[in-house]
Amino acid sequence: MALLSVQGISVAIGALCPLEGVTFDIDKGEILGLVGESGSGKSLTAMCVMGLLPRIGGTITKGSIAFDGRELIGLPEIELRRLRGKRIALISQNPMTSLDPIIRIGAQIDQVSILHLGLSATTAKARSLDLIAQLRIPEPEAIHRAYPHQLSGGMKQRIIIAMALAADPDLIVADEPTTALDVTIQAQIIQIMVELVRDRGLALMLITHDMGVVAQACDRVVVLYAGRVAEMNGIGEIFAEPKHPYTRELIRCIPRLGQEPGSLKGIPGVVPSIVDYPDGCRFNPRCSNAQALCRDEAPALEPKSSGLAACHFSEV
Amino acid sequence: MTAFAPIKTAIRSPRGGVSAAVLLLVVVCALFAPLIAPYAYDIQNLPGANTEPGAAHWMGTDEFGRDLMSRIIYGARTSLSVAVTAISISVAAGLTLGAMAGYFGGWFDRAVTAVVDLTWSFPEILIALILIAIIGPGLESTMVAISIAYLAQFTRLTRAQIMALKNETYVEATTNLGAGHFHIIFRHLLPNALTPVIVAGMLATGDAIILEATLGFFGLGAQPPTPSWGAMMSSGTAQIFIAPWIIIFPGLAIAITVISINLFGDALIEALDIRNRLRSV
Amino acid sequence: MDASVPRDDSLVTMTDLTREFSSGGSLMKPRRTMRAVNNVSLDVPRGNVTGVVGESGCGKSTLARLVLRLLEATEGTVFFDGKNLATQSQAEMRKLRRQMQMVFQDPYSAIDPRYTIRRALLEPFQVQGEAKTAAEAKTTVEELISMVGLSTRMMDSFPHQLSGGQKQRVGIARALALRPSFLVLDEPTASLDVSIQAQIIDLLEALKEELGLTYLFISHDLSLVRYFCDRVVVMYLGRVVEILSGAETQPRHHYAHALLESNFEPDPTRRKIVTMLGGEIPSPFAKIPGCAFAARCPAASDMCKRERPPLSNLGDGQMVACHNPMD
Repeated sequence: MALLSVQGISVAIGALCPLEGVTFDIDKGEILGLVGESGSGKSLTAMCVMGLLPRIGGTITKGSIAFDGRELIGLPEIELRRLRGKRIALISQNPMTSLDPIIRIGAQIDQVSILHLGLSATTAKARSLDLIAQLRIPEPEAIHRAYPHQLSGGMKQRIIIAMALAADPDLIVADEPTTALDVTIQAQIIQIMVELVRDRGLALMLITHDMGVVAQACDRVVVLYAGRVAEMNGIGEIFAEPKHPYTRELIRCIPRLGQEPGSLKGIPGVVPSIVDYPDGCRFNPRCSNAQALCRDEAPALEPKSSGLAACHFSEV
Repeated sequence: MTAFAPIKTAIRSPRGGVSAAVLLLVVVCALFAPLIAPYAYDIQNLPGANTEPGAAHWMGTDEFGRDLMSRIIYGARTSLSVAVTAISISVAAGLTLGAMAGYFGGWFDRAVTAVVDLTWSFPEILIALILIAIIGPGLESTMVAISIAYLAQFTRLTRAQIMALKNETYVEATTNLGAGHFHIIFRHLLPNALTPVIVAGMLATGDAIILEATLGFFGLGAQPPTPSWGAMMSSGTAQIFIAPWIIIFPGLAIAITVISINLFGDALIEALDIRNRLRSV
Repeated sequence: MDASVPRDDSLVTMTDLTREFSSGGSLMKPRRTMRAVNNVSLDVPRGNVTGVVGESGCGKSTLARLVLRLLEATEGTVFFDGKNLATQSQAEMRKLRRQMQMVFQDPYSAIDPRYTIRRALLEPFQVQGEAKTAAEAKTTVEELISMVGLSTRMMDSFPHQLSGGQKQRVGIARALALRPSFLVLDEPTASLDVSIQAQIIDLLEALKEELGLTYLFISHDLSLVRYFCDRVVVMYLGRVVEILSGAETQPRHHYAHALLESNFEPDPTRRKIVTMLGGEIPSPFAKIPGCAFAARCPAASDMCKRERPPLSNLGDGQMVACHNPMD
């Protein structure tokens, strides 16, 4: 049984419906990539899993989210709070605002294991120092005493990863954890994060817009487009033979070494906005292969030769 | 989006609608006072002094037997014209000083900021009193005093807006097209900075009406027989036990006008969504 | 390189370009000076795309502004088409600006929110004192709008009614209005979605061919730079550390190498192990006598910390500033 199983969830925020029938699951020890462009609903999906949707005034109207066999939808806030941080940890996009500026780094990490694992202050500190070292931060003692403003963005993001690991969670949800960082720092953090997650056999849900990061880190991929799942497949399959035209085009949007000049085309049209989603398949106005059926009827997410895709005319 | 859309939105909100209606009434009184007022404001009728409000005189008469309602209607003219003129001058000067200080910076900015900060640390009434002590009482002096008293506020606000706006990419982009300072300031910076300054000006008009009334109350504003709400209240203090309406009605006129201005200003801030920009002062 | 003689096959020549910024200098804080751009000499050949790549704080955006004299250089010179920009009068500079334009990183604030697209596209002519009749204005705007692949129906829209990609197209149209020969592209796709980013690059490529433009392309994205540029300049902490003559040239500088390695390709069969760079990018205020990268460099020797390596020619247009270049 999968550790996290999300089945056909739809979300309403006011009159808008930013997510529709999103389905995927994550096994223990698996790194799942959740890819999409702005407005695809990838961060919203993370909020659903974390049970944070009510904070932005959203509700899940359909579907189920089961974590370790237990239904999360309808769980009282107090139970959710016990799960968050303890068994499901969040690494958010912005390292600048995720740390309390007036509390020492060390105390912030210690707090997590004191709160969730019931450790004493001394053992918590030893554990924090160990975690800091595992994230390959030099001089753990000095960092433990430092305040957030004394650290660079990359260091802060490592601290946030340390905090996420501190409670020994089963699942980590990382929402664009490296987007705000420089490329060399991004590469290092992705590498360290993937290593630690694999060593501990944790599950990681990695939300990103970057197909390069996905290719480097993930085992399986869910591609979201305009609030729906376009495709879900193993990492090898998704890059070798994408089943959804959007996936195929998205991969082609990243220039490769030695690519012919003039061959980078992008996907025509605009990323649809939630207020005017097209009828039928939401990708149809930008799809080179769209037929009348695509404009009339939304394709279901169906099994293909491998994985699942939502396309009437899936090539493979 | 046109410039009038937020005004429409403001009027559609309950407090905006009511306050706009009251303000319209006050403005109509001020503009058409001779047509609306039932009596002349300066004709004395000593035998009819201190008449209670009744059918002939809806708000009664004052200690010289003058019709109080007529005087209040004419008083709207004095109050509004002084406040609006003074604040307009103040806004215009504040926009100029603030824009130049914010855009060019350097010694000019330091000098302007120093003076502005100095005046900012005194209450407006004190500045106005000092100025009137220097230039002497009267309607024009009141206008000058009020406009200088509020100058710091608009200079500061404009400067803050310009400082934020001049770092916008479109300013750099336009500079790179070859545009000069004049073009940048008048075509880009001021138009974008204008809205909050005008709304602040509108809110300050309410304060200016009170300031004008206060100066009038001390006999430093409009000189008799020109009706001014403040001066009317002042003369009413002597009759407060005999003819309380002489002080009550001008007081009500001030309160209702100022509250309406503030309510409408609030509705406008809401409609324009600029509360943050006003706070940046 | 001789500072006084610009090469004739290059449209823009920078010699020993330096720009300092200072902060503090008040009652409480001592004045500190940083060199955002430090002694940069660079040619931008005509008809080419020269890429400048580096991470935040490397000075690439400052360099872009120095090239266009949107910032004054502290030291050094920029020659545009043989003319020294620093000695041009205001009127001459205004005329020169017709030749050199810029596309900005943030399309969201690159157009005045109060301007319609039509007005924004006519502003270049207004600024240059070029009167247009209503009919001329209409054709000009229509031409510009269709040149960047937008619909003429958008003429009377305000920027907030357009998507990021559409706004960037307007930004490009505005930059092209005066028919420049040189465009500085300052991370023109950094704030756009991936599928739109590729569209914009495609458009820029087409426009370059059509109009015979020369580009200086500033970016932090090495894969994009290598695809789009004829030559790649790698900057670190205000200095040029390496110039790669072509997309497939192997970098010899350790920083350029690390940058290349950090670039994950969209190919799961080519996963890589990233070398961990020790340390952090030093503060730009720090005075470093030797190589700025020495503190993080795996191959740093004592000499690297003492003595700054000059940018030396490796042949075939490749140049590197390193005492111990990679093989």
